[in-house]
Amino acid sequence: MEKVLIKGNYAIAQAAVKAGCECYFGYPITPQSEIGEYLSGEMQKLGRGFVCAESELAAINMVIGAVSTGAKAMTSSSSCAVALMQEALSYACGDELPVVLVNVMRAGPGLGYIYPAQGDYNQSVYGGGNGDYKIIVIAPSTVQECIDYTYKAFYLAHKYRNPVILLADGLLGQMMEPAVFSDYPYPEIDNSSWALTGVKNRPARAIYSLEPSESKLRKRINHLFEKFEIITKNETAWEEFDTEDADIILTAFGSMTRNIKAAAKTLREKGIKAGCFRPITLNPFPHKRINELAGQGKDFIVVEMNMGQMFKDIKYAVEGQSKVALVNRSVGEWLRVEEIVSAVEKIMEKNYAASV
Amino acid sequence: MQQVFSIPKSIKKDCKYTFCPGCDHGVAIRLLCEVIDELDIQDKSICTTSIGCSVFLYDFIEIDCIEAPHGRALAEATGVKRARPDKVVFTYQGDGDFASIGLAESMHAAFRGERLTALMINNTTYGMTGGQHGPTTMMGQVTTTSPMGRNREYYGYPAKMAEQIALADGCAYSARVALDSIPHINEAKKAIKKAFQVQMDGIGLGFVEILSTCPTNWHMTPEQAHERVRNDMVKTFPLGVFKDLSECK
Repeated sequence: MEKVLIKGNYAIAQAAVKAGCECYFGYPITPQSEIGEYLSGEMQKLGRGFVCAESELAAINMVIGAVSTGAKAMTSSSSCAVALMQEALSYACGDELPVVLVNVMRAGPGLGYIYPAQGDYNQSVYGGGNGDYKIIVIAPSTVQECIDYTYKAFYLAHKYRNPVILLADGLLGQMMEPAVFSDYPYPEIDNSSWALTGVKNRPARAIYSLEPSESKLRKRINHLFEKFEIITKNETAWEEFDTEDADIILTAFGSMTRNIKAAAKTLREKGIKAGCFRPITLNPFPHKRINELAGQGKDFIVVEMNMGQMFKDIKYAVEGQSKVALVNRSVGEWLRVEEIVSAVEKIMEKNYAASV
Repeated sequence: MQQVFSIPKSIKKDCKYTFCPGCDHGVAIRLLCEVIDELDIQDKSICTTSIGCSVFLYDFIEIDCIEAPHGRALAEATGVKRARPDKVVFTYQGDGDFASIGLAESMHAAFRGERLTALMINNTTYGMTGGQHGPTTMMGQVTTTSPMGRNREYYGYPAKMAEQIALADGCAYSARVALDSIPHINEAKKAIKKAFQVQMDGIGLGFVEILSTCPTNWHMTPEQAHERVRNDMVKTFPLGVFKDLSECK
C-alpha cells in the first residue's frame, strides 16, 4: 500500500471516514481544528452527517443522539473543551452508547495554552463526570497509530457499547509523518438488538440512565463493571522492548513513547540495562504485566509531560515490589532524549532517592 | 357498537401516569400521541426526552426514546436526525430544560432550521425539584427561591420562547397554546400537528410552547390552577401562532 506524508489530525479525520463514521459534530479548538476542517468538506461530499455545533456540550450530545440509532459517529476536541464533555461521557457510559471522542491534548489547567502536554491522563482515564463509570482510552504514539487506533476506537466502541477516547496530543496532531491507510480491518457490529430505529414490528425501546429502583441501579453499575472486566481481559494492549534482561524499564504513553525508545538505546550503549514499556490502552491499564515485571525486580522510571499522572498508576501496579521514579515536565518542549538519559543516570546515582 | 373514543395507539397499553392530580402533562402527552397516530408516524418516530417531570415520558409512550442530559434534548435530536434523516424526531421538554439550561441548544436548533419538532411545557416553575424560580416564572410569582415574588432587581424578566424561536430564520412554525379549556385543547392539537408537518415537509423546526398547570407547586386546586392559566398566564404569555411557514413547501 502507498505511503503518504500526512499530519496527525488529517490522519485521524481520514481514518474516521474510512472507518465508516456516518456523522461528525465538532466545535473548533487548537490544536485539533484540522479534524473538523477536513471533515466539514468530506462528510458533505459523501452525504454523511456534519454539524458545526454551537458548543462542545452540544457536539458530544449530538454524537450521543447519532450513535443511539446505531450509527458510527464522533467528535474531536482538546483538553479544556473536553472538560465540557464530561457530563455527557458519564451519560454515554450509563446509557452504554458507542461514542468516539478524539482528544488532541493541549496544556492546562484552565485555558492554559496550545503547547503540547499530556495533562489529560487523569481526565481521560479517571474521568471528570459523576458516578462509577469507565471509558476505554487508547493513546497513539505515531501518525500511523493515529490511523490504526482511530479504526480500533470505532470497533471497540461498538463491540462493547462503551465510549472510547483516542488520546493524542498537540505534537502528534500537528506532526507530519509517512503513514499507510489500510482498509478498515474490523468486522461491522450488529446494533439491531438495541438501536433506536422506530417501533416497526417490535415494542418501543428506551435508552436512559435514570433508575429510581435502588436494586436495579446497583445491578446496572455492577453490569458496567463486569463488562469492563471483559474489556480488560480481551483488550488490554501494551508494547515492550528489551524488558527481558532489563534492570530498569522506562515507561511512557502517547508520543513520549518515541523518546523513551531512543533513551533506552542510549542507556544500553552506556552499559545500563534499560528496557521500555508503553501502555497502548491507558484504560484498561496493563496492571498485571507491570506487576509481573516489578516482581522480577525491575525498577520503573516513568517519563511523561505532566506532573506525574500515569506515575501513580505505575506505582499502584508495582505494589512496592520494586522502585519507581518520575522524569517529567509539565508542558511545552518534549523531554529530549539526552535529558531523559541524564535524569535516569541521576536517579540511579541517588538510588531513586528523589524524582528528577 | 361503534367505538368513538380510545387510548391512542402511541400510548403504552399499561401506562399509568405518575403526574400530580390536575397536572397538564397527561393532556399534552395524549395530544402528542393522537397527532402521531393521525399522521401514522409511530413506527418512524424517535423522541429525545429531557430532565424534570417530563423525564418519565418513555414510560408512557410506545415510541423509541433516548433521555438527554438536562437541556441537551435538541442537540441529541439533531444527532438522531442527522444520522437518520428518514425518521421523525421530536423533543419534549419543560421550560427549565428548554429555556434555561438548554437555551443555547434550543436556539441553535432553530437557527440551523433542524427538521425537528420541539414541544416545551411552560408551567412557570421547576416542578420536579419542588417549585423553584425558573426562566418563565412570572413577575411577582412566589416560588421557593423567589419567596418575596419575582422582581426585576434580583430576577429580571420571564423568557417568552414562542416569540423568540419564531425570530429564527430556521423556524418554520412557532405557537403558544394552553390546555385550560376544550377549545384551547383543540387549538393545541392543531398546533402540535403543524409542528410535525413542517418537519415532515422539510421546511424547518416546528415549535409549540404549551402553557400548563402545576397545582402542587402553585399550591392550588386543579380548578384554580387552570383559572390561573386562563386569567393570568396568558397576559404574560399570549396565545397564538407567531410564525407559520407550513405553506412554504
